[in-house]
Amino acid sequence: MSGVTVRDTGGRAARGAVTTPARRMAALARAELTLLGRSRSTLLTAVLMPLALPVSLAPAIGGMHVQDAGLTAGLVLLPAGIGFSLLFGVYSALTVIYTARREELVLKRLRTGELRDVEILGGSALPVLATGLVQSAVLVAGSTVLLDVPAPKAPLLAVLGLLFGLVMCAALAGVTAAATRTVESAQVTTAPMVLVSMACSGMAVPLELMPHGLASACALLPLSPVIALVRGGWTGALSAHDALGAVGTALAWTALAVFAVRRWFRWEPRR
Amino acid sequence: MNTNEHVIEVTGLRRVYGGGFEAVRGISFHVGRGEIFALLGTNGAGKTSTVELLEGLARPDGGRISVLGHDPYTERAAVRPRTGVMLQEGGFPSELTVAETARMWAGCVSGAGPVGRALALAGLTARADVRVKQLSGGERRRLDLALAVLGEPEVLFLDEPSTGLDAEGRRDTWELVRALRDAGTTVLLTTHYLEEAENLADRLAILHKGRIAAAGTPAEVTAAQPSRIAFELPEGYLPGDLPPLDELGVCGHELDGRVIRLRTRQLQRAATGLLVWAQRTGLELRRLDVRSASLEEAFLGIAREASGDTAAGGIGENREIGEIGENGENGEIGDAGEAEEAAA
Repeated sequence: MSGVTVRDTGGRAARGAVTTPARRMAALARAELTLLGRSRSTLLTAVLMPLALPVSLAPAIGGMHVQDAGLTAGLVLLPAGIGFSLLFGVYSALTVIYTARREELVLKRLRTGELRDVEILGGSALPVLATGLVQSAVLVAGSTVLLDVPAPKAPLLAVLGLLFGLVMCAALAGVTAAATRTVESAQVTTAPMVLVSMACSGMAVPLELMPHGLASACALLPLSPVIALVRGGWTGALSAHDALGAVGTALAWTALAVFAVRRWFRWEPRR
Repeated sequence: MNTNEHVIEVTGLRRVYGGGFEAVRGISFHVGRGEIFALLGTNGAGKTSTVELLEGLARPDGGRISVLGHDPYTERAAVRPRTGVMLQEGGFPSELTVAETARMWAGCVSGAGPVGRALALAGLTARADVRVKQLSGGERRRLDLALAVLGEPEVLFLDEPSTGLDAEGRRDTWELVRALRDAGTTVLLTTHYLEEAENLADRLAILHKGRIAAAGTPAEVTAAQPSRIAFELPEGYLPGDLPPLDELGVCGHELDGRVIRLRTRQLQRAATGLLVWAQRTGLELRRLDVRSASLEEAFLGIAREASGDTAAGGIGENREIGEIGENGENGEIGDAGEAEEAAA
């Protein structure tokens, strides 16, 4: 173990590059991508589940009177599929990742280096965020071909909704990880958000089909504005007032989640 | 370059955990450039709590820290590119291979040297494609150390660098740490191995229950301690039957069963007086043990003074119990010591 090079104490000339946030996050994201590929259970919930769920939901949609709300089965299934992708592919998967890295003391080790906190959380999230984007693209392509979903009338709204969904779900994963002691218990701690979103955020049942009072309450849930923006992007039926309301709700939840992460995120195991 | 030769300066440092437990109770010390400084103490003494503050992982609850002229917590960006850290345990995803881990870390460190050289330094070249979870404890420590020095830091923090290593691994680690020091790196390490502090440290501080009980070079700390003579009292003799102890230069004694221990700052005078007396009386002093002050004596003395005899037993042994509590926030630190104190 000898042979350590002597360096001039005046500086680090002739050494490797000074890192940048982008380079550090890329290094972290690459490692996380490798780990994602090696975790069978995460692959299953994050990659396969969101693509399989819409298929299982299809028969139920047939029984609803979606036409009454000016919708088609495709316009229900596509936002629902993107919602599943956000819930399982991003939110649940990332909660597990944050918890696992914390319990393995990886987060603590990373914090001793040059990475800033936001880079650690962001870099670790990049692979699942990319997964969410790819899944959404696959769902759009699939529903266009198989369910005759027409081209979006207001694509900007849909993109905005998806971006809000990705950032919000990543931040909420950080909040949930703070309350999750072990990787195993993540199934329990993520359940409320997953179940409430599936039932009440317009995924399984479009808010348009709910009684008015219930619908306006459900519209305030975190994932509701995301689903509304995505669906509105395709139908073009979202009024400017409703679109602004959805953006405001999404913004509020995202800000709240980011604040909660900054305030309560745990970087080390509780012992 | 910084002309201030105190690379690390700590003044009145305090750390209080959530449950109100005060792990670090107002400690001050400084470390000069190119020096190896050891924080020595039993588990729960506050070593890790202290070094985490120096690393900038947490905000102190009192006092000031300066590392390379900056506050390591609030001026993180200025300090981190110039420091290297090896935590007490873990810190790498178990499913990544050694090479993948090193590559990830290299991407996060300014001025990182070649990954291959770091692995060679750690003797892990042949293990590059092995997953971290399959490494032995010693291999993991070596990987951790190799990555801590990847960016050739000016200041290196090592939290129990040789815990879990075999004798050879420990010697290799010492050699590496010395080589880094000789190249100008300032090293602050924690250890509960007296041997490690004695062999490696230019200066050291003995931490006990969150306070510095003694500090200086190993020779200085040792010199402040009395030497020791121990033997079995001959049949039918009581301590009062010995020659007057103060005339022998003995400053204290204790009886443990039939074994009497004398403490003295004048070892030659005390030993001569005792042996001459034994010779004249025609006695054989069985189990005779004469030893000059050592760091171990200093350490045991400090532990004994503060918390009774039994608490000192842990030093030098690889006692893992209670180690985890040192990181916790629920005030478990030192519980073992306090329980022993109550029992004593």
